Amino acid sequence: MTSVVRDLFNTSVEFVRTFGAFQLFSLRVLRHSPEVLLGRFGLVVKQVFNTGALSLVIIMVCGLFVGGVLGLQGYSNLARFNAEDSIGVFAAFGLIKELGPVITALLFAGRAGTALASEIGLMKATDQLSAMEMMAVNPVPRVLVPRFLGGVIAMPLLVAVFSMIGLFGTHLVAVELLSVDVGAFWQQIQITVDMEDINEGIIKSIVFGVAASMIAVWEGYNAVPTAEGVGRATTRTVVITAIAVLVFDFMITAVMI
Amino acid sequence: MQQTRSVEIGTGLFVLLGVGALFFLTTQTTGGDDFSADEIYTMEARFENIGSLRTRAPVAMSGVTIGRVTSIRFDPVTLEAVVQFVIDSQFDQIPDDSDASILTSGILGSQYIGLRAGGSDTYFEDGGEVMFTQSAILLENLIGKFLVNSGSKDED
Repeated sequence: MTSVVRDLFNTSVEFVRTFGAFQLFSLRVLRHSPEVLLGRFGLVVKQVFNTGALSLVIIMVCGLFVGGVLGLQGYSNLARFNAEDSIGVFAAFGLIKELGPVITALLFAGRAGTALASEIGLMKATDQLSAMEMMAVNPVPRVLVPRFLGGVIAMPLLVAVFSMIGLFGTHLVAVELLSVDVGAFWQQIQITVDMEDINEGIIKSIVFGVAASMIAVWEGYNAVPTAEGVGRATTRTVVITAIAVLVFDFMITAVMI
Repeated sequence: MQQTRSVEIGTGLFVLLGVGALFFLTTQTTGGDDFSADEIYTMEARFENIGSLRTRAPVAMSGVTIGRVTSIRFDPVTLEAVVQFVIDSQFDQIPDDSDASILTSGILGSQYIGLRAGGSDTYFEDGGEVMFTQSAILLENLIGKFLVNSGSKDED
Protein backbone atom coordinates (compact mmCIF):
# COMPACT_ATOMS: atom_id res chain seq x y z
CA MET A 1 0.00 0.00 0.00
CA THR A 2 2.69 2.46 1.01
CA SER A 3 4.67 1.57 -2.10
CA VAL A 4 1.68 2.46 -4.29
CA VAL A 5 1.36 5.81 -2.56
CA ARG A 6 5.06 6.40 -2.89
CA ASP A 7 5.00 5.50 -6.58
CA LEU A 8 2.09 7.84 -7.12
CA PHE A 9 3.90 10.59 -5.27
CA ASN A 10 7.10 10.04 -7.22
CA THR A 11 5.23 10.04 -10.51
CA SER A 12 3.51 13.31 -9.61
CA VAL A 13 6.76 14.92 -8.62
CA GLU A 14 8.36 13.65 -11.82
CA PHE A 15 5.46 15.08 -13.85
CA VAL A 16 5.79 18.49 -12.21
CA ARG A 17 9.56 18.38 -12.69
CA THR A 18 9.19 17.61 -16.40
CA PHE A 19 6.67 20.39 -16.74
CA GLY A 20 8.99 22.85 -15.00
CA ALA A 21 11.95 21.72 -17.11
CA PHE A 22 9.83 22.31 -20.20
CA GLN A 23 9.09 25.88 -19.09
CA LEU A 24 12.78 26.60 -18.45
CA PHE A 25 13.64 25.06 -21.81
CA SER A 26 10.99 27.24 -23.50
CA LEU A 27 12.45 30.34 -21.87
CA ARG A 28 15.90 29.39 -23.14
CA VAL A 29 14.63 28.92 -26.67
CA LEU A 30 12.64 32.16 -26.55
CA ARG A 31 15.58 34.11 -25.17
CA HIS A 32 17.75 33.05 -28.10
CA SER A 33 14.97 33.68 -30.64
CA PRO A 34 15.58 37.40 -31.36
CA GLU A 35 19.29 36.95 -31.99
CA VAL A 36 18.68 34.03 -34.37
CA LEU A 37 15.91 35.92 -36.14
CA LEU A 38 18.22 38.88 -36.72
CA GLY A 39 21.58 37.21 -37.10
CA ARG A 40 20.99 33.83 -38.70
CA PHE A 41 17.86 34.25 -40.70
CA GLY A 42 19.17 31.84 -43.34
CA LEU A 43 18.85 28.95 -40.91
CA VAL A 44 15.26 29.94 -40.17
CA VAL A 45 14.41 30.14 -43.88
CA LYS A 46 15.67 26.61 -44.36
CA GLN A 47 13.41 25.41 -41.55
CA VAL A 48 10.42 27.32 -42.90
CA PHE A 49 11.00 25.31 -46.05
CA ASN A 50 11.31 22.02 -44.15
CA THR A 51 8.29 22.50 -41.91
CA GLY A 52 6.12 24.73 -44.08
CA ALA A 53 6.70 24.26 -47.76
CA LEU A 54 7.08 20.50 -47.47
CA SER A 55 3.81 20.27 -45.49
CA LEU A 56 1.88 22.10 -48.19
CA VAL A 57 0.75 19.04 -50.09
CA ILE A 58 -0.84 17.28 -47.13
CA ILE A 59 -2.37 20.56 -45.90
CA MET A 60 -3.90 21.40 -49.26
CA VAL A 61 -5.28 17.94 -49.98
CA CYS A 62 -6.75 17.62 -46.48
CA GLY A 63 -8.16 21.16 -46.63
CA LEU A 64 -9.90 20.43 -49.90
CA PHE A 65 -11.56 17.32 -48.55
CA VAL A 66 -12.47 18.80 -45.16
CA GLY A 67 -14.12 21.70 -46.98
CA GLY A 68 -15.91 19.27 -49.27
CA VAL A 69 -17.23 17.23 -46.36
CA LEU A 70 -18.46 20.42 -44.66
CA GLY A 71 -20.30 21.20 -47.87
CA LEU A 72 -21.96 17.78 -48.03
CA GLN A 73 -22.87 17.60 -44.35
CA GLY A 74 -23.95 21.21 -44.17
CA TYR A 75 -26.11 20.88 -47.23
CA SER A 76 -27.99 17.81 -46.08
CA ASN A 77 -28.75 19.44 -42.72
CA LEU A 78 -29.45 22.99 -43.89
CA ALA A 79 -31.67 21.76 -46.73
CA ARG A 80 -34.19 20.66 -44.12
CA PHE A 81 -34.69 24.33 -43.21
CA ASN A 82 -34.44 25.54 -46.80
CA ALA A 83 -31.32 27.37 -45.72
CA GLU A 84 -28.88 25.93 -48.26
CA ASP A 85 -27.64 29.43 -49.01
CA SER A 86 -26.14 29.64 -45.54
CA ILE A 87 -23.85 26.74 -46.28
CA GLY A 88 -21.02 29.14 -47.04
CA VAL A 89 -21.34 30.78 -43.62
CA PHE A 90 -21.47 27.40 -41.94
CA ALA A 91 -18.31 26.27 -43.70
CA ALA A 92 -16.48 29.60 -43.40
CA PHE A 93 -17.01 29.85 -39.64
CA GLY A 94 -16.09 26.23 -39.16
CA LEU A 95 -12.95 26.48 -41.25
CA ILE A 96 -11.65 29.89 -40.24
CA LYS A 97 -12.28 29.63 -36.51
CA GLU A 98 -11.96 25.96 -35.64
CA LEU A 99 -11.14 23.34 -38.23
CA GLY A 100 -8.47 25.33 -40.02
CA PRO A 101 -6.23 25.96 -37.01
CA VAL A 102 -6.93 22.66 -35.25
CA ILE A 103 -6.62 20.23 -38.15
CA THR A 104 -3.61 22.09 -39.51
CA ALA A 105 -1.95 21.88 -36.10
CA LEU A 106 -2.66 18.13 -35.88
CA LEU A 107 -1.38 17.54 -39.40
CA PHE A 108 1.59 19.75 -38.63
CA ALA A 109 2.39 17.65 -35.58
CA GLY A 110 2.21 14.51 -37.70
CA ARG A 111 4.13 15.84 -40.68
CA ALA A 112 6.59 18.41 -39.34
CA GLY A 113 6.62 17.86 -35.57
CA THR A 114 7.71 14.24 -35.88
CA ALA A 115 10.37 15.20 -38.41
CA LEU A 116 11.77 17.84 -36.05
CA ALA A 117 11.72 15.56 -33.01
CA SER A 118 13.34 12.61 -34.75
CA GLU A 119 15.92 14.80 -36.47
CA ILE A 120 17.00 16.43 -33.22
CA GLY A 121 16.75 13.13 -31.37
CA LEU A 122 19.02 11.45 -33.93
CA MET A 123 21.47 14.34 -33.72
CA LYS A 124 21.60 13.68 -30.02
CA ALA A 125 21.84 9.90 -30.41
CA THR A 126 24.73 10.27 -32.83
CA ASP A 127 26.47 12.75 -30.51
CA GLN A 128 26.26 15.61 -32.97
CA LEU A 129 24.93 17.94 -30.28
CA SER A 130 27.75 16.98 -27.92
CA ALA A 131 30.23 17.54 -30.72
CA MET A 132 28.86 21.06 -31.21
CA GLU A 133 29.19 21.79 -27.54
CA MET A 134 32.79 20.59 -27.62
CA MET A 135 33.45 23.03 -30.44
CA ALA A 136 31.96 25.73 -28.20
CA VAL A 137 28.90 26.02 -30.42
CA ASN A 138 25.74 26.32 -28.39
CA PRO A 139 23.25 23.88 -29.96
CA VAL A 140 20.25 25.87 -28.71
CA PRO A 141 20.60 28.85 -31.09
CA ARG A 142 22.25 26.76 -33.79
CA VAL A 143 19.88 23.76 -33.95
CA LEU A 144 16.80 24.25 -31.80
CA VAL A 145 15.81 27.88 -32.24
CA PRO A 146 15.79 27.91 -36.07
CA ARG A 147 13.54 24.83 -36.08
CA PHE A 148 11.25 26.37 -33.51
CA LEU A 149 11.02 29.68 -35.37
CA GLY A 150 10.53 27.91 -38.69
CA GLY A 151 7.49 26.14 -37.26
CA VAL A 152 6.14 29.34 -35.68
CA ILE A 153 6.41 31.22 -38.98
CA ALA A 154 5.06 28.37 -41.09
CA MET A 155 2.00 27.58 -39.00
CA PRO A 156 -0.17 30.71 -39.56
CA LEU A 157 0.60 30.52 -43.27
CA LEU A 158 -0.36 26.86 -43.40
CA VAL A 159 -3.59 27.61 -41.53
CA ALA A 160 -4.46 30.36 -43.98
CA VAL A 161 -3.81 28.05 -46.92
CA PHE A 162 -5.88 25.31 -45.28
CA SER A 163 -8.84 27.63 -44.66
CA MET A 164 -8.73 29.06 -48.16
CA ILE A 165 -8.47 25.69 -49.89
CA GLY A 166 -11.17 24.38 -47.55
CA LEU A 167 -13.52 27.16 -48.62
CA PHE A 168 -12.80 26.30 -52.24
CA GLY A 169 -13.60 22.68 -51.42
CA THR A 170 -16.95 23.75 -50.00
CA HIS A 171 -17.53 25.95 -53.00
CA LEU A 172 -16.77 23.01 -55.28
CA VAL A 173 -19.24 20.71 -53.53
CA ALA A 174 -21.96 23.25 -52.77
CA VAL A 175 -21.95 25.31 -55.95
CA GLU A 176 -20.74 22.90 -58.61
CA LEU A 177 -22.17 19.68 -57.26
CA LEU A 178 -25.27 20.63 -55.27
CA SER A 179 -26.05 23.79 -57.30
CA VAL A 180 -26.28 26.27 -54.45
CA ASP A 181 -26.35 29.78 -55.91
CA VAL A 182 -22.78 31.05 -56.17
CA GLY A 183 -23.75 34.66 -55.41
CA ALA A 184 -25.68 33.74 -52.28
CA PHE A 185 -22.85 31.47 -51.18
CA TRP A 186 -20.18 34.18 -51.17
CA GLN A 187 -22.44 37.06 -50.25
CA GLN A 188 -23.63 35.31 -47.09
CA ILE A 189 -20.01 34.65 -46.15
CA GLN A 190 -19.04 38.27 -46.69
CA ILE A 191 -21.96 39.60 -44.68
CA THR A 192 -21.48 37.31 -41.73
CA VAL A 193 -17.74 36.78 -41.35
CA ASP A 194 -16.03 39.62 -39.50
CA MET A 195 -12.42 40.58 -39.12
CA GLU A 196 -12.71 39.36 -35.53
CA ASP A 197 -13.39 35.84 -36.72
CA ILE A 198 -10.29 35.85 -38.89
CA ASN A 199 -8.28 37.28 -36.02
CA GLU A 200 -9.45 34.42 -33.83
CA GLY A 201 -8.13 31.98 -36.42
CA ILE A 202 -4.83 33.82 -36.67
CA ILE A 203 -4.38 33.98 -32.89
CA LYS A 204 -5.11 30.28 -32.64
CA SER A 205 -2.69 29.45 -35.42
CA ILE A 206 0.11 31.42 -33.74
CA VAL A 207 -0.52 29.79 -30.35
CA PHE A 208 -0.70 26.33 -31.92
CA GLY A 209 2.43 27.05 -33.94
CA VAL A 210 4.39 27.99 -30.81
CA ALA A 211 3.03 25.00 -28.89
CA ALA A 212 3.55 22.40 -31.62
CA SER A 213 7.06 23.57 -32.52
CA MET A 214 8.16 23.93 -28.90
CA ILE A 215 6.91 20.46 -27.98
CA ALA A 216 8.58 18.87 -31.01
CA VAL A 217 11.90 20.58 -30.29
CA TRP A 218 11.69 19.72 -26.59
CA GLU A 219 10.89 16.07 -27.20
CA GLY A 220 13.73 15.75 -29.68
CA TYR A 221 16.20 17.49 -27.40
CA ASN A 222 15.22 15.33 -24.44
CA ALA A 223 15.00 12.05 -26.30
CA VAL A 224 16.79 9.08 -24.79
CA PRO A 225 19.73 8.78 -27.20
CA THR A 226 18.87 5.32 -28.50
CA ALA A 227 16.86 4.09 -31.48
CA GLU A 228 13.98 3.27 -29.18
CA GLY A 229 14.23 6.61 -27.39
CA VAL A 230 14.02 8.56 -30.64
CA GLY A 231 11.00 6.53 -31.69
CA ARG A 232 9.33 7.19 -28.37
CA ALA A 233 10.09 10.92 -28.58
CA THR A 234 8.43 11.00 -32.01
CA THR A 235 5.30 9.34 -30.68
CA ARG A 236 5.15 11.59 -27.65
CA THR A 237 5.44 14.64 -29.88
CA VAL A 238 2.25 13.74 -31.71
CA VAL A 239 0.35 12.76 -28.57
CA ILE A 240 1.33 15.78 -26.47
CA THR A 241 0.85 18.23 -29.34
CA ALA A 242 -2.63 16.87 -30.04
CA ILE A 243 -3.63 17.24 -26.39
CA ALA A 244 -2.06 20.69 -26.04
CA VAL A 245 -3.65 21.96 -29.25
CA LEU A 246 -7.15 20.82 -28.31
CA VAL A 247 -6.86 22.17 -24.75
CA PHE A 248 -5.58 25.53 -26.01
CA ASP A 249 -8.32 25.55 -28.62
CA PHE A 250 -10.96 25.16 -25.94
CA MET A 251 -9.42 27.89 -23.81
CA ILE A 252 -9.04 30.40 -26.64
CA THR A 253 -12.55 29.74 -27.89
CA ALA A 254 -13.95 30.16 -24.39
CA VAL A 255 -12.17 33.51 -24.05
CA MET A 256 -13.00 34.86 -27.50
CA ILE A 257 -16.55 33.70 -28.03
CA MET B 1 24.51 26.05 -54.25
CA GLN B 2 21.78 24.62 -56.42
CA GLN B 3 20.24 23.10 -53.32
CA THR B 4 20.07 26.39 -51.43
CA ARG B 5 18.54 28.01 -54.48
CA SER B 6 15.71 25.53 -54.76
CA VAL B 7 15.12 25.72 -51.01
CA GLU B 8 14.93 29.49 -51.27
CA ILE B 9 12.55 29.35 -54.20
CA GLY B 10 10.37 26.79 -52.42
CA THR B 11 10.27 28.86 -49.24
CA GLY B 12 9.49 31.99 -51.20
CA LEU B 13 6.62 30.29 -53.00
CA PHE B 14 5.28 28.89 -49.74
CA VAL B 15 5.35 32.25 -47.97
CA LEU B 16 3.78 33.97 -50.96
CA LEU B 17 1.02 31.36 -51.06
CA GLY B 18 0.43 31.69 -47.32
CA VAL B 19 0.30 35.46 -47.39
CA GLY B 20 -1.93 35.27 -50.46
CA ALA B 21 -4.30 32.96 -48.61
CA LEU B 22 -4.38 35.34 -45.64
CA PHE B 23 -5.08 38.21 -48.01
CA PHE B 24 -7.85 36.20 -49.63
CA LEU B 25 -9.45 35.42 -46.27
CA THR B 26 -9.30 39.01 -45.04
CA THR B 27 -10.59 40.60 -48.23
CA GLN B 28 -12.89 38.04 -49.79
CA THR B 29 -14.63 36.48 -46.81
CA THR B 30 -15.13 39.69 -44.84
CA GLY B 31 -15.91 42.91 -46.67
CA GLY B 32 -19.59 42.59 -45.87
CA ASP B 33 -19.13 46.14 -44.67
CA ASP B 34 -20.65 47.59 -47.81
CA PHE B 35 -20.82 51.02 -46.22
CA SER B 36 -17.79 53.23 -46.40
CA ALA B 37 -17.93 56.97 -46.77
CA ASP B 38 -15.42 59.77 -46.50
CA GLU B 39 -17.87 62.27 -45.14
CA ILE B 40 -20.74 61.42 -42.88
CA TYR B 41 -23.28 63.11 -40.71
CA THR B 42 -24.77 61.85 -37.48
CA MET B 43 -28.45 61.41 -36.67
CA GLU B 44 -30.38 60.12 -33.71
CA ALA B 45 -33.60 58.23 -33.42
CA ARG B 46 -35.59 57.18 -30.37
CA PHE B 47 -37.34 53.86 -30.29
CA GLU B 48 -39.65 52.31 -27.78
CA ASN B 49 -38.10 48.94 -28.53
CA ILE B 50 -35.12 48.16 -30.71
CA GLY B 51 -35.50 44.39 -30.72
CA SER B 52 -32.07 42.90 -31.37
CA LEU B 53 -30.62 45.83 -33.31
CA ARG B 54 -26.87 46.05 -32.80
CA THR B 55 -24.19 48.61 -33.50
CA ARG B 56 -22.81 48.45 -37.03
CA ALA B 57 -26.22 47.41 -38.30
CA PRO B 58 -26.98 49.00 -41.67
CA VAL B 59 -29.21 52.02 -42.19
CA ALA B 60 -31.05 51.54 -45.46
CA MET B 61 -33.29 53.63 -47.65
CA SER B 62 -35.25 51.89 -50.37
CA GLY B 63 -33.17 48.83 -49.51
CA VAL B 64 -29.85 50.50 -50.25
CA THR B 65 -27.38 50.85 -47.39
CA ILE B 66 -26.64 54.54 -46.85
CA GLY B 67 -25.41 54.49 -43.28
CA ARG B 68 -24.57 52.52 -40.21
CA VAL B 69 -25.62 52.41 -36.56
CA THR B 70 -22.79 53.75 -34.40
CA SER B 71 -24.15 53.54 -30.88
CA ILE B 72 -27.16 52.40 -28.94
CA ARG B 73 -27.91 53.64 -25.45
CA PHE B 74 -30.82 53.82 -23.08
CA ASP B 75 -32.27 57.15 -22.01
CA PRO B 76 -33.05 56.84 -18.28
CA VAL B 77 -35.39 59.85 -18.33
CA THR B 78 -37.68 59.09 -21.26
CA LEU B 79 -37.14 55.34 -20.90
CA GLU B 80 -36.46 54.96 -24.58
CA ALA B 81 -33.66 53.47 -26.61
CA VAL B 82 -31.57 56.12 -28.35
CA VAL B 83 -29.95 54.89 -31.53
CA GLN B 84 -27.22 57.01 -33.06
CA PHE B 85 -26.33 56.39 -36.69
CA VAL B 86 -24.26 57.99 -39.43
CA ILE B 87 -25.29 58.62 -43.02
CA ASP B 88 -23.05 59.17 -46.01
CA SER B 89 -22.91 62.92 -46.71
CA GLN B 90 -23.73 62.45 -50.37
CA PHE B 91 -27.28 61.63 -49.25
CA ASP B 92 -27.94 65.04 -47.72
CA GLN B 93 -31.37 65.58 -49.20
CA ILE B 94 -33.44 63.25 -47.04
CA PRO B 95 -36.64 65.03 -45.97
CA ASP B 96 -36.66 65.66 -42.23
CA ASP B 97 -40.09 64.14 -41.80
CA SER B 98 -38.84 60.78 -43.05
CA ASP B 99 -39.60 57.98 -40.65
CA ALA B 100 -37.27 55.33 -39.32
CA SER B 101 -38.37 51.82 -38.51
CA ILE B 102 -36.49 48.77 -37.35
CA LEU B 103 -36.89 46.04 -39.92
CA THR B 104 -35.70 42.49 -40.23
CA SER B 105 -33.98 41.17 -43.33
CA GLY B 106 -35.65 37.88 -44.03
CA ILE B 107 -37.75 36.10 -41.47
CA LEU B 108 -34.91 35.31 -39.07
CA GLY B 109 -32.28 37.68 -40.43
CA SER B 110 -30.47 40.48 -38.67
CA GLN B 111 -32.20 43.76 -37.98
CA TYR B 112 -31.54 47.10 -39.61
CA ILE B 113 -32.96 50.60 -39.70
CA GLY B 114 -35.12 51.36 -42.69
CA LEU B 115 -35.76 55.01 -43.60
CA ARG B 116 -38.86 55.92 -45.60
CA ALA B 117 -38.88 59.25 -47.35
CA GLY B 118 -41.29 61.92 -46.20
CA GLY B 119 -42.44 64.97 -48.13
CA SER B 120 -40.85 67.89 -46.33
CA ASP B 121 -38.77 70.57 -48.04
CA THR B 122 -36.17 70.64 -45.27
CA TYR B 123 -33.61 67.93 -44.90
CA PHE B 124 -31.85 65.87 -42.24
CA GLU B 125 -28.89 67.71 -40.77
CA ASP B 126 -25.90 66.68 -38.71
CA GLY B 127 -26.91 66.07 -35.11
CA GLY B 128 -30.59 65.98 -35.99
CA GLU B 129 -33.17 63.58 -34.72
CA VAL B 130 -35.69 61.47 -36.61
CA MET B 131 -39.14 62.57 -35.52
CA PHE B 132 -41.17 59.57 -36.52
CA THR B 133 -40.01 56.13 -35.53
CA GLN B 134 -41.49 52.70 -35.42
CA SER B 135 -40.19 50.08 -33.04
CA ALA B 136 -38.98 46.66 -33.95
CA ILE B 137 -41.69 44.13 -34.61
CA LEU B 138 -41.16 41.37 -32.12
CA LEU B 139 -42.07 37.94 -33.35
CA GLU B 140 -43.21 36.96 -29.85
CA ASN B 141 -45.68 39.87 -29.69
CA LEU B 142 -47.01 39.04 -33.15
CA ILE B 143 -47.61 35.45 -32.19
CA GLY B 144 -49.20 36.59 -28.94
CA LYS B 145 -51.57 38.95 -30.75
CA PHE B 146 -52.41 36.29 -33.28
CA LEU B 147 -53.26 33.80 -30.55
CA VAL B 148 -55.43 36.35 -28.70
CA ASN B 149 -57.23 37.27 -31.91
CA SER B 150 -57.93 33.71 -32.95
CA GLY B 151 -59.11 32.97 -29.42
CA SER B 152 -61.63 35.84 -29.43
CA LYS B 153 -62.90 34.83 -32.87
CA ASP B 154 -63.80 31.38 -31.60
CA GLU B 155 -65.98 32.93 -28.91
CA ASP B 156 -68.07 34.91 -31.42
